Amino acid sequence: MTKSLLLGKSAGTRLVLVGLALVWVLFQFLNPNFLSPRNLSNLLLQIAVLGTLAIGMVIVLVLGEIDLSVGAIAGVSAGLLALLISQGLPWWLAILAALAAGGVIGLIHGSIITAFGIPSFIVTLAGLLVWQGVQLQLVGDQGQIPIRDVVIRGIASTYVPTLLGWLIAGLGVVAIFAAALVRRRRRERFSLAVSPLSADLLSAGLAGVAVLAVCAVLNSYFGIPWVFVLVLTLLVSCSIAMETTPFGRHIYAIGGNREAARRAGIQVRTKTITVFVVISMIAALAGIIEASRQFSASNSLGGGTLQLNAIAAAVIGGTSMFGGRGRIYQALLGALVVGSVQNGLDLLGQPAAIKNIATGVILVIAVAVDAVGRRRRLARGAAE
Amino acid sequence: MSARVIESGPSIAAAPTLELRGIEKRYGQVSALSGVNVTAKAGEVTALVGDNGAGKSTLIKAIAGVHRIDAGQILLDGEAIALTSPRDATEHGIETVYQDLALCDNLDVAANLYLGRELRRRRSALLDGEAMEARSAQVISELGARLPGFDVLVSALSGGQRQAVAVSRAALWGSRVVLLDEPTAALGVTQTAMVYDLIRSLRDKGLAIIVVSHNMADVFALADRIVVLRLGRNAGEFVPSQSSPEAVVAAITGADTVGEGR
Repeated sequence: MTKSLLLGKSAGTRLVLVGLALVWVLFQFLNPNFLSPRNLSNLLLQIAVLGTLAIGMVIVLVLGEIDLSVGAIAGVSAGLLALLISQGLPWWLAILAALAAGGVIGLIHGSIITAFGIPSFIVTLAGLLVWQGVQLQLVGDQGQIPIRDVVIRGIASTYVPTLLGWLIAGLGVVAIFAAALVRRRRRERFSLAVSPLSADLLSAGLAGVAVLAVCAVLNSYFGIPWVFVLVLTLLVSCSIAMETTPFGRHIYAIGGNREAARRAGIQVRTKTITVFVVISMIAALAGIIEASRQFSASNSLGGGTLQLNAIAAAVIGGTSMFGGRGRIYQALLGALVVGSVQNGLDLLGQPAAIKNIATGVILVIAVAVDAVGRRRRLARGAAE
Repeated sequence: MSARVIESGPSIAAAPTLELRGIEKRYGQVSALSGVNVTAKAGEVTALVGDNGAGKSTLIKAIAGVHRIDAGQILLDGEAIALTSPRDATEHGIETVYQDLALCDNLDVAANLYLGRELRRRRSALLDGEAMEARSAQVISELGARLPGFDVLVSALSGGQRQAVAVSRAALWGSRVVLLDEPTAALGVTQTAMVYDLIRSLRDKGLAIIVVSHNMADVFALADRIVVLRLGRNAGEFVPSQSSPEAVVAAITGADTVGEGR
């Protein structure tokens, strides 16, 4: 049992799920409100920003780089958004401008990293300082700019109507089965080995049941938060890009063996710049979501532990700090672990100090367990 | 061995597949190659031997398109070609198996075979993973390499299996010439035998093979011709069946040209 848990293909993910289950059982035991639909719905709202940033972080970490400035970029994006709206710009134009600002910041980071060969750690550390300064300038002396636009306020505070929620969940289930069956048919057409139909149907069925269960729980409160739909859309798009396109394959290749990728004709510089543009735009999106949650852009938005928690979430989810290893969905798993611990400690009335200590301890446990599992897998692989 | 024997040794009196004429390469003041001539014929294994600093690596890099040559000609099937980038070389059907293999450990076998040249589905930006896996399986079984599977991560493979993956990649893409840099360094006896078999099946496919090696056992087991480099110049050519390892070693060390060395 422990053996199959530690070894095998998706061992890392299984361990994270077990860890998440333990956290949930523990907090439910300590406070019976933890697993209530209301608290789970709040939890999803709380991890929307963290999960968004963690998705971007997984992409950068897979490339073998890091971005220490995502929190500051979120702050700049939120500040710009609020400023433009207060100037009377329509909401959609302000959102586009905020995302574009993120893209430009990423272009600057990526260009400096590739042109001068400076480690991304340094460039984005400098970026963190620079963009925090820009954020302070944008937000101005009041310390915050309120947002009155209804659409933007609605992003993180409105819910999908019950019936539409079920429809979305139903479409999700259909998509899961369709993807499994299409994959089967393609493998059969190329006469490749396929797992038994019952196994494929079982795993698709389990995923489908999970989707419907989440929908049922959320619908028994206010419904699926729109922001959760937004995060899931980002998650699915990034997963498709990373796992089924040449672009994603090249990102994994560069993270795995940069020199081999270069010799194989992969444009390492172009891909690096692209990835930094992508993560910065994702950070800008996170800034928009956070501004919507706070109904304002403050000069502390995106600061504090958010930046570090985004890296922690990606790593707890199973993404390697050394490049080449990590899946997009692990960002959401990691964010759920971090978010659950913080939410649970909040329910128990614990101060921020305890939350930080707990998150740090969990980060170390997650990485240590993963390291042990990987060493065993490697030992087994080499023995073959 | 599922050796699919192709009519080997196309003894057409045509030009050799690859011919290097008067290659010169300088690094600043240091002359790495001066007036080097090498030919490689289809269906033959040409061994390139020499001591450290003899210019083997420089020559390999020139053929692989990594380094530009300063003077001389590279002819493919008798026609002069310019090799200014690795892409040029691969487009001419010249594949290189580097000593470090240049594999991505975190990707599976099929992904490594198609690295940088991935297949896409028709009218789509998506990878055609199934076609790549099926074709990889075919190439690897044609070569007779033994691998645990094609969706296995390369990190889980042994040294010989990794070498097999790198050679299979060259077999998949190389249509004219395959260069192998020290293909058996750090391999055990069985694994070395497997790599020999792989190289022979590449040769039997009608490719021109160039093997760079330090190892006389390798050279005499595989080569149809041995080209010796010494201090950046040609220092003799041998046919294994008609010469002894001692003679080749003497050419490598310059023992037969005492007095000239300086």
